[in-house]
Amino acid sequence: MSDSLPVVLVIEDEPNIRRFVRMSLEAEGCQVYETDSMQRGLIAAGTRRPDMVVLDLGLPDGDGVDFIRDLRTWSDVPIIVLSARTTETHKVGALDAGADDYLTKPFGAAELLARVRAQLRRRSSAGGNGSTVFEFGKIRVDLGKRRVERAGEHLHLTPIEYRLLAFLVTHPDSVLTHRQLLKAVWGPSHAEDSHYIRVYMGLLRKKIEDDPSQPRHIITEAGVGYRFVAA
Amino acid sequence: MAPQLGREMKDGRPDPDLILDRIKEEEMRAARGKLKIFFGASAGVGKTYAMLSAARQQAEQGTDVVIGVVETHGRKETEALLTGLERLPLQAVAYRDRVLPEFDIDGALARKPALLLVDELAHSNVPGSRHAKRWQDVEELQSSGIDVYSTVNVQHLETLNDVVGGITGIRVWETVPDHVFDAADEVVLVDLTPDELLQRLKEGKVYLPQQAERAIQNFFRKGNLIALRELALRRTADRVDSEMIQYRRDRSVTRAWHTSESLLACIGPGDGSDRIIRSAARIATKLDVPWHVIYVETPKLRHLSDQRRLQILKSLKLAQEMGAETASLPGSDAMATIIDYARDHNLSKLLVGRDRAQAWRPWKRSFADRVGKLAPDLDIIQVARVDTPADRRQEESTGESLLDRLHAPWQSFAMSSVFCALVTLIAMPLHTVFDRANIAMLFLMAVVLSAVRYGLGPAVAAAFLNVAAFDFFFVPPRFSFAVGDVQYLMTFAVMLAVGLVTAKLTADLKFQARVASRREQRVRALYEMSRDLSGALMPEQIAEISQRFAATGFGARAAIMLADERDRLHEAIPVPGGVPAVDVGISQWAFDHSAEAGWGTDTLAGSPLLYVPLKAPMRTRGVLVLEPKHSRRLLAPEQRRLLDTFARLVAISLERVHYVDVARATTVQMESERLRNSLLSAISHDLRTPLAALVGLADSMSMTQPPPTGEQCDIAASMRDEALRMNSLVNNLLDMARLQAGAVKLNRQWQPLEEVVGSAIKAMRSTMAGHRLGVNLPDGLPLLEFDAVLVERVLCNLLENAVTYTPAGSLIEIGAAPGARDQVDIWVEDDGPGLPAGKEELIFSKFERGQKESAASGVGLGLAICRAIVTAHGGTIRAENRRGGGARFVFSLPRGQPPSLAGAEEDSPQ
Repeated sequence: MSDSLPVVLVIEDEPNIRRFVRMSLEAEGCQVYETDSMQRGLIAAGTRRPDMVVLDLGLPDGDGVDFIRDLRTWSDVPIIVLSARTTETHKVGALDAGADDYLTKPFGAAELLARVRAQLRRRSSAGGNGSTVFEFGKIRVDLGKRRVERAGEHLHLTPIEYRLLAFLVTHPDSVLTHRQLLKAVWGPSHAEDSHYIRVYMGLLRKKIEDDPSQPRHIITEAGVGYRFVAA
Repeated sequence: MAPQLGREMKDGRPDPDLILDRIKEEEMRAARGKLKIFFGASAGVGKTYAMLSAARQQAEQGTDVVIGVVETHGRKETEALLTGLERLPLQAVAYRDRVLPEFDIDGALARKPALLLVDELAHSNVPGSRHAKRWQDVEELQSSGIDVYSTVNVQHLETLNDVVGGITGIRVWETVPDHVFDAADEVVLVDLTPDELLQRLKEGKVYLPQQAERAIQNFFRKGNLIALRELALRRTADRVDSEMIQYRRDRSVTRAWHTSESLLACIGPGDGSDRIIRSAARIATKLDVPWHVIYVETPKLRHLSDQRRLQILKSLKLAQEMGAETASLPGSDAMATIIDYARDHNLSKLLVGRDRAQAWRPWKRSFADRVGKLAPDLDIIQVARVDTPADRRQEESTGESLLDRLHAPWQSFAMSSVFCALVTLIAMPLHTVFDRANIAMLFLMAVVLSAVRYGLGPAVAAAFLNVAAFDFFFVPPRFSFAVGDVQYLMTFAVMLAVGLVTAKLTADLKFQARVASRREQRVRALYEMSRDLSGALMPEQIAEISQRFAATGFGARAAIMLADERDRLHEAIPVPGGVPAVDVGISQWAFDHSAEAGWGTDTLAGSPLLYVPLKAPMRTRGVLVLEPKHSRRLLAPEQRRLLDTFARLVAISLERVHYVDVARATTVQMESERLRNSLLSAISHDLRTPLAALVGLADSMSMTQPPPTGEQCDIAASMRDEALRMNSLVNNLLDMARLQAGAVKLNRQWQPLEEVVGSAIKAMRSTMAGHRLGVNLPDGLPLLEFDAVLVERVLCNLLENAVTYTPAGSLIEIGAAPGARDQVDIWVEDDGPGLPAGKEELIFSKFERGQKESAASGVGLGLAICRAIVTAHGGTIRAENRRGGGARFVFSLPRGQPPSLAGAEEDSPQ
């Protein structure tokens, strides 16, 4: 898979946006298939075996969230969602259903390609190394030894902070919703206590970020959730 | 054992309804002005003086004291107390050809002091005033929240009036009902020993009216004064006693009632009812048990005058006010009804008034004895009776009502005489065939027929006539009243007795049948009205139905006035044949006070119309106006009750119709909101899609083959930037539209401020590239509850604003700190040129920009959006110039009660 060109399926009903997305992706060296409806998108996803899906949430023939749920039943291909602003709940729904990232319209080619690259990179690394050591900035996380270091020195984290960080580093570059994080760290019974996650994110940022007010690794996606960026 | 225990636990809990009632009562009391009465045994003891002294004390403590009306009777010491206190001018009321000064209630209500002095509570107002009596003025003052001081002499108390009259030989006609005295919040007894009073009289310090000098000299005899003083002291002691009861009642609410110990007080038509009720209240309070008061209306009691029956209703109301459960039960046998009621309600103690000893029937056992014999399991308490002249008078009036019953139109008497004549005629030829005893039977039948047809009076007349006719025509010697055989005297006596008894029984039966059929009529009318009302969908229909019911039930014309949201009454709903001229002023009064006004009531009785407030469960809905044609049909107690039910039903229907309207309006509003939302999202989609395509296509220009020149790339980049600017304009316009339409639902979450500040900075990083940025967020800021997306937008707009209006390289700082009044202040400030002076507030208006003709982009919606968002969060936003130069925008968000983090560490899965 890594030898051949990555295959990207673009599902978007607006021809001009589709065209621009295709041009950008082809310039990046991807093989692009286009469809303009959910039904055809599902068929294409089955036949073309894409490495990634770029999905517009506002399709004329159905809800993009249903598409994601459907696709997720048999595939873990990365999904990037395109949506308009002010529909945060819609985005959260898509992410909770299994989408990995989103882009708010209008977006430029640079933004699109950055997201696509990150998802492709994650997909290629997910299969392989199985490493339990993650390094970013001054931080080194060794999941095997349950040890976190900052600039070579042991960094003390509470159990919750550690679990949160461990979940973040194992899910890089994807947008994680509050609900997903709460379920993973606190368990399903706390899925509504979203202030927990915000407070602990703040604490974690203070420990691992150089400037917590302008974080580089734990990025807030307002109204949606968080994104962990290693670089 | 277990269920028993459970039940006790349940019973031990305070009844929420009771507590609610108590709170309501307290609220009402708090809103109502307080009445303090200075009470004295007779004129001259110094009530006015005491009242003024107390008022002066209040004034010195800063209370707003105003004198409404005070009679100093020229006493110097008293007049000296008036100086320095504000006096309301009296109004001049024209009466016949004189002009009399009178207390000005409207002036007092308009002035609305904290405390008003109104002397002589018993005073009768000049006819034509709003209320007939001054105590009614005082009640209105109280209900509008004004505290009142007033004075009363013992002889002016209604129930003591007769007693005092009996002692002193002087009757006064100006009286205060006892309930007013009992309802007063405080009573101060102004006491003076008779010797001192006489001394003052000698010194000329007591005001005496000119007339009846001698009578007054009689009045101020020492014996009288002692008796009056005793009365005043006793009455005050009684009041203190009821205060004690009230106090204990208030405190005992939380305690469980022992139902089996409960008390049943039975009242009759006599005047001792109130006394029985008060005793029952006292005993019930001491025992801490609930109590019931019932009145059994036997057929005999139905013949009582309306006035007496209203009196009974009043007594029952008094009992209700004192906390009893009350009922008026119909029953042919008072004792059986009482015993059944007691058993049904599990009441073990019976409280009855002691019977009057009946000298002419010494063998007759008392009511209590008879009940005791029928129900040996009940405790019976007899309340002592006090014979007041009023009682005796009442007895007479009961007798009068019996005489009334004999009354019938002369035609009825004539017809019963014709019956007699007929029977005589028929019997004449039969006389030879039948025995005389059978002839006597025929005569008896005539009596029965008269009773059935014409009532008691004609039947009694017929009984006598028949005996006479029988004697004259049939008893030998015939055609003479002489009686040959002495045994016929016996026949006459029996005939008369049987005739009278049958007449009485038959008439009673007929009367009962009439009462029953009237009752049935009323019930049917009510049933029909409520059936019609339940189908009504508009106030007009309700008005029409009430008009119909008023015509059939009361022979009256009716109108309904509805109140609007601001409690103002509107014109009556037009109904064909409705009341023509309604006085809006009176109806507003009735509405505001939730009390009846106009004809037949205490307020503005001169009006030809009766105004009944329509009290529904949620609020008073309006006023029912009746124009009575036959006064009797509205004054009878049954009719009053019917009127109450009528008004209640109409009120409930109006409320139901109101809520139908509310529900419909809500549906329409929801529908239009849905429409607006879908319109907005359609517009936003349709506008953004081409913009997104523009941005993307401009970007992909650089990827075309052959590669574009540098100039072409620049043009593409500019296109892209302009499209993005267009996008932000569209965003602003749409956001403003959403916020203004109220279409934005806040997604409020508890979160730290750092996060949203961080995401705002990230979003604006490219815009702020040419500026320096400082962040000043202290540790320990509380979590705040806000919509992250919207507050991020506020911060972005403020940052963008700062970038737009400051030269490149300026310092922009975001900061936050706990502010005043449970708020947290968040600010964005710069060291640029600052705001134009005087425009600090204006810049938050829509389409307003700091500098008019500048190159800065934007249409000036940014700050307006900030304000809308912050306001939706319950916060405030303002702009100011920094001391060191530069602009500063501060918005505050409320702190609220952040949720606890307890459990965040512990409950985690391991």
